[in-house]
Amino acid sequence: MSTPSRVELTEMGAAHIAASAARQATWRRLLRLRWGVGAAVVLLLIIASATVAPLIAPYDPLAVDIRHRLSPPAWMDRGTAEHLLGTDQVGRDLLARMIYGGRVSLVVGVAAVIISATIGVLLGLSAGYFGGNTDWTIMTLINVMLTFPFVLLALAVIAVLGPNLVNMIIVLGVAGWPIYARVVRAETLAIREREFVLAGRALGMGHVRLVFRQIVPNLVSTIVVIATLQVAQVIILESFLSFLGLGVQPPTPAWGNMLGEGRVYMLNSWWIATFPGLAIFVTTLVINLMGNALRDWLDPHLKL
Amino acid sequence: MRRYIARQLVQLVVVVFGISLLAFAILHVLGDPVLLLLPQNAGKEEFERYRHLLGLDRPIYVQYWKFVSRAVLGDFGKSWYADTPAFSLVLERMPPTIYLTLSGLVVALVIALPLGTVAALRRHSWVDSLCTAVAVAGQAAPIFWLGIMLIIVFSVRLRLLPASGYGTWQNFLMPAFCLGAALAPITMRLVRSGVIEVMNMEFIKTARAKGLAEGRVVVKHAFRNACIPVITVLGLQFGQLLGGAIITETIFAWPGVATLTVESIRNQDFPVVQCAVVLLALLIVMVNLFVDVVVGLIDPRIRAS
Repeated sequence: MSTPSRVELTEMGAAHIAASAARQATWRRLLRLRWGVGAAVVLLLIIASATVAPLIAPYDPLAVDIRHRLSPPAWMDRGTAEHLLGTDQVGRDLLARMIYGGRVSLVVGVAAVIISATIGVLLGLSAGYFGGNTDWTIMTLINVMLTFPFVLLALAVIAVLGPNLVNMIIVLGVAGWPIYARVVRAETLAIREREFVLAGRALGMGHVRLVFRQIVPNLVSTIVVIATLQVAQVIILESFLSFLGLGVQPPTPAWGNMLGEGRVYMLNSWWIATFPGLAIFVTTLVINLMGNALRDWLDPHLKL
Repeated sequence: MRRYIARQLVQLVVVVFGISLLAFAILHVLGDPVLLLLPQNAGKEEFERYRHLLGLDRPIYVQYWKFVSRAVLGDFGKSWYADTPAFSLVLERMPPTIYLTLSGLVVALVIALPLGTVAALRRHSWVDSLCTAVAVAGQAAPIFWLGIMLIIVFSVRLRLLPASGYGTWQNFLMPAFCLGAALAPITMRLVRSGVIEVMNMEFIKTARAKGLAEGRVVVKHAFRNACIPVITVLGLQFGQLLGGAIITETIFAWPGVATLTVESIRNQDFPVVQCAVVLLALLIVMVNLFVDVVVGLIDPRIRAS
């Protein structure tokens, strides 16, 4: 019987340790993925309820029921089963308004992210691919934008343009691009020097084909992860603007403006401000969880 | 070091130029000041007269030059609402904003430093999991909602703290916690990853090998080195922190620049808005420069790159 030498033993041990570490890492990733899948299910429920709001909402979100104004949630004293989450200052059903309110947040979140991702990716690609003066100009622009607090910029622009849904999407969309541009630029800088790009160039491919057929496919997972996480950020900002009365105007229900209206009544009716905020919290939470899981799954090395 | 600072200064000039352009564009390119200033039913001649009076009929670069050359001297025009210089109005409100921001930073550090370090030293323990959970939840909770919940619990229900106001230490508690809680998650993650990285370094092994007590290894050797990325990122995050302060101020009716800005936006008082935007951005740029220099002093490798 041949006994393994010491070197072999060490190697076997190392291999064993490496294998168990890898198993552990895989296990952890699966676990996080499971959180991500759970979060995705919750998010789908939120999206579905906002989409089919007219079918499932117990009342019209604008219907005023003056007899039941400021009535607390059903489980409290004085609460009625007619209004599960209670009513606001003019007796509108909070549950119905919450279900409808999700529409604004989701639409603004997705639309603004599409705009900022498009701008950011294009600028990031040109900065990283062309380098030189283009890079310098775009990087300076990124620095200026990142110096400016996003909130302040959005506030000032909305103040001039006037508050409404479209303006809000434009502002949040246009102001949000630097994060994409910065990451895409860095990745492009690295990919530009890889062999397959050099080979493409040697074969005489044009800039457009090189960028969009050779470089962009390698960036898709990164962009998807950032975009997912950014939807949550945009939803928070949107609701803050609506909260200040600079976003979606009442009586249209949006989580932000419901929170803003509820703030006036928080002395006696805590539920008006609490539930819309909870909706924002849960939505951003599940989006973040999903984004993190997506990152682990698509690109475990990505640091964001 | 001199070249490093010089490079940062050049960048600062460019960024300040960009900010002035942005602040100018917000009012003059996106909107028409006369349209905002005069009542809607004013006649056409009236508009033209005001446009001429304010110099708005001149080429845009002349207008920009006038705006900048005045702004450099601290002249942003008079407030359209209060009839006092916008500059003094904004400057007066600056200290509360700065105090709030600093106290928020302190709260964030008090939460994040110990928790992040413990999470890094006891990786994958329940403390670590708890920290991650708190961080994920903290990042999702909107500051303005958190603020309102705090007011409902501590002011309305328990009657322990004032819901708004300024001046006493009780006034500081909720706003500072609110702002700190917003900044703590990212700081905690940074501290954690920083400490983990440093603990694997050679000099930690050396410190242990020469028989130092573990506590001393962690505090004197690991922690200090883990601080560099934390300081850098916190410095760069200062803009976001100030953004958070803007949100916090509006919740607690804090008499700072942000409440003034939001009020001025409601009153369409654009000289004040412009002035506030420029001064806040300048503050952020200065802090970033300061952080860059400090980090450069601590870590020679950054100077060289």
